[in-house]
Amino acid sequence: MRAQAPLLLGVAPFGMAYGAYAIETGLSGGYTQAMSSVVFGGASQFVAVQLISSGVPGAMIVLAVLLVNLRHVIYSASLAPYVEHLPARWRWLLAYLLTDEAYAVGMTRYARDDEAPTKHWFLFGSGVALWVTWQMVTALGIFVGAAVPDSWSLDFALPLTFIALLVPVLTNRPAAAAAAAAGVVAVVGHDWPYGTELITAIVAGLLAGVAVERLTVEETANA
Amino acid sequence: MNLWLAMGLMGAGTYAIRLSMLVFFDHRRLPDAIREALQFVMPAVLFAIILPAVLYVGGVGEESEFDLSIGNEKLVAAVMAAGVAWVWRNAWATVGVGMAALWLLQWAG
Repeated sequence: MRAQAPLLLGVAPFGMAYGAYAIETGLSGGYTQAMSSVVFGGASQFVAVQLISSGVPGAMIVLAVLLVNLRHVIYSASLAPYVEHLPARWRWLLAYLLTDEAYAVGMTRYARDDEAPTKHWFLFGSGVALWVTWQMVTALGIFVGAAVPDSWSLDFALPLTFIALLVPVLTNRPAAAAAAAAGVVAVVGHDWPYGTELITAIVAGLLAGVAVERLTVEETANA
Repeated sequence: MNLWLAMGLMGAGTYAIRLSMLVFFDHRRLPDAIREALQFVMPAVLFAIILPAVLYVGGVGEESEFDLSIGNEKLVAAVMAAGVAWVWRNAWATVGVGMAALWLLQWAG
């Protein structure tokens, strides 16, 4: 639990910004809160709210959100070897709690070189702590969003929150290329209908990231 | 589509993605190309939301306009926030400085 405190404090600004932002766009408190438990994925919740407020059709919103969360396939795959031996009900439970943060702490614990047979309890504990924190800070954000007048431009919390998330993941050239390509496509396609610009932008980003990574690998091999 | 139904599908789909390699498929058979591509989802999504949100200005319900200039208050505030994020790696400071900068610029302008 002590290892968790900085992490729980770390998700607080994101959850609060999400709650406040969703209220600012006109969503109800109930819907905003429900999304935090039904979807339980920070970045994808912001994306959903943004697309809802732009009047994008439901099917396209679902598609975009799933594309945003598709990266969890990697988390699911890296965790799998450690929990293979557990009964299915454990794996179903841990999957629900599998977020970016739970993945990060869980993998750190599994990487530690001891044979403790109860590491999945650690993962479960971190997951539950994160879940409870996420619900509470969402509620706090809803409260703040409802109390603050529109003139305070709280919708600006969305790009700011994403800047705070983006800077730490820009660790190498391929990641920067992925971001740049996606950003440019999203700006160029700003007036495209049905959220197609976001989906196109994400796909362009993945392609750019892979392309630059392959080029970098070649350069290193030739040097 | 009803918004609640859409939320249900988002939740079910996200859960299915998280379950995928833990329950449905064999994790040893996940192709490397997919692993490679998926590591770029986060930077792509984040910047694809940030850039238009900062470069297109206009209030809720207004027609938004492209503005890549020093007179764009959101752009200036976002660049300051990015500087804070880069140096301190702290989300509270990033959001706090960005909001404060925007308020100050709007008040001054």
